[in-house]
Amino acid sequence: MTETTDPHPSIQPLGEAALALSIDPSLPAQRRLWAAWHWLQKRHGDLEWVLGMGNLTGRFDPLATPVGRVEKMLETAWLKSEGAEAEKRKQVELPVTYDGEDLADVATHTGLDIPEVIARHSAPEYTVFCLGFLPGFAYLGGLDETLACPRRATPRQKVPVGSVGIGGSQTGIYPLASPGGWQLIGRTEIQLFLPGESPPVLLAPGDTVRFVPQSK
Amino acid sequence: MADMTQRASLSILKPGPLTTVQDLGRPGFAGIGVTPGGACDAISLRLGNLLVGNEEGAAALEITLGGLVVRFERETTFALTGAYAAASLGERRIDGWRRYRAIAGDVLRINFAEYEARLYLCVTGGIAAPETLGSRSTSLTTGIGGFKGRALRKGDALMIGEGDAPTGDAAIRAPERGGVLRVLPGPEWARFDREIQQALLTRTWRMATASNRMGARLEGPSLVHDLPELASHAVQLGVIQLPPAGEPILLLADAQTTGGYPKPLVVIQADLWRAGQFRPGESVRFREVTRDEALAALRKQREWLESVGRRLRADFGG
Repeated sequence: MTETTDPHPSIQPLGEAALALSIDPSLPAQRRLWAAWHWLQKRHGDLEWVLGMGNLTGRFDPLATPVGRVEKMLETAWLKSEGAEAEKRKQVELPVTYDGEDLADVATHTGLDIPEVIARHSAPEYTVFCLGFLPGFAYLGGLDETLACPRRATPRQKVPVGSVGIGGSQTGIYPLASPGGWQLIGRTEIQLFLPGESPPVLLAPGDTVRFVPQSK
Repeated sequence: MADMTQRASLSILKPGPLTTVQDLGRPGFAGIGVTPGGACDAISLRLGNLLVGNEEGAAALEITLGGLVVRFERETTFALTGAYAAASLGERRIDGWRRYRAIAGDVLRINFAEYEARLYLCVTGGIAAPETLGSRSTSLTTGIGGFKGRALRKGDALMIGEGDAPTGDAAIRAPERGGVLRVLPGPEWARFDREIQQALLTRTWRMATASNRMGARLEGPSLVHDLPELASHAVQLGVIQLPPAGEPILLLADAQTTGGYPKPLVVIQADLWRAGQFRPGESVRFREVTRDEALAALRKQREWLESVGRRLRADFGG
């Protein structure tokens, strides 16, 4: 395998009933994935399409839809996504109390002091790349590179609802109490999963988010 | 309660360690992070429903490790499938994979499961929980679906839907599970070194006690690795993740919709029901197959399910 800067995505199976298109995650790549995702849902809504960070997975019944056809769908969607216009999205402000259990570890890992971690985390306008992991959980792009931190080697059995965390070069908010491997730096009271409402989630791909630090 | 005009049909006297309402789950919402969920062993659910004359996907009780005691409040046709546990209806012994009729006031007692992990109590008409996002499945992590979005407790009173109960005796042979799960190489397979690849496919793994409907940690030789983390991507039931600490995780029905750990193996579709029947502490091995073998196994499984369904429906006619 050679290192490549080829902008073409790769397509790989995940078992016999799923196929994933992947590309190096970036905001321009993700904009294309949003367009590809919308196109696939409209054109091939009988299959399930799941957006990730720089990837898009199709789930199918391998006895009903040959894998080659799904591959073609993904390729076509990617080609059609070039230059597609972005839809207008909403801007959301989330108040955050920065007192997470792993805040000190993040400071140690990044070589920054805690106020600097908070300042750098609350400075950017983040973009919702995709939803996943848990209902209403938003994967946010735009984290300051200096804050990147590996996931915990062993995930926690229970992360409290509203926790704000960093996992790799991503940041996000836990919409429910759940197991999770991210480094926890703070928490918000805002609800991201609203069962019974339509849509049942606060954020959508393409929305932007700002974290507003609250005093403890 | 969904319908106050209806009388309760099934009373929970003892819930066992974990009993939930499950059907075939809610596919189609992974895009907003909602797991498909549903029965951990969908084959046992389907077969149980066929036995009592339901659609294969009707809602039933998933009984983890047995221990459930219920009282039927009206005449009910039922079947127990899945894990093996001794059971009785009043003084009468109840076998798995067989159709029975209970009368109002009958108490069904299910002992602790002796083999496998999950039993299914299917009743004619199905459990009449309201649908949330297209399914009656309980999602414990989300708190939606099933009976109030939670595990059943002593004193809960469930409704049963309307349905035509087939008459006469009927039984089916329990599918054999065995201790092996057939797998395909996952997307990151080739990036693991040979030692890890070999260990995954040759060692015997143990389901950790900390297993639940989301997934099971697999105890065995620690396969510590330093593969880079991945951007978050879709995962699903049957995917085997390998976190850097080296303890594989087998994702089950309530698994999160996306993850970031590398995925060395994926359980084939035809064996997903098996994955849902391993008990905490039980041994499991993985055997690699080809994509064609996986598809052939799935085709064979579907044909078998269809033939069982045909035979049972023919019985109903006679």
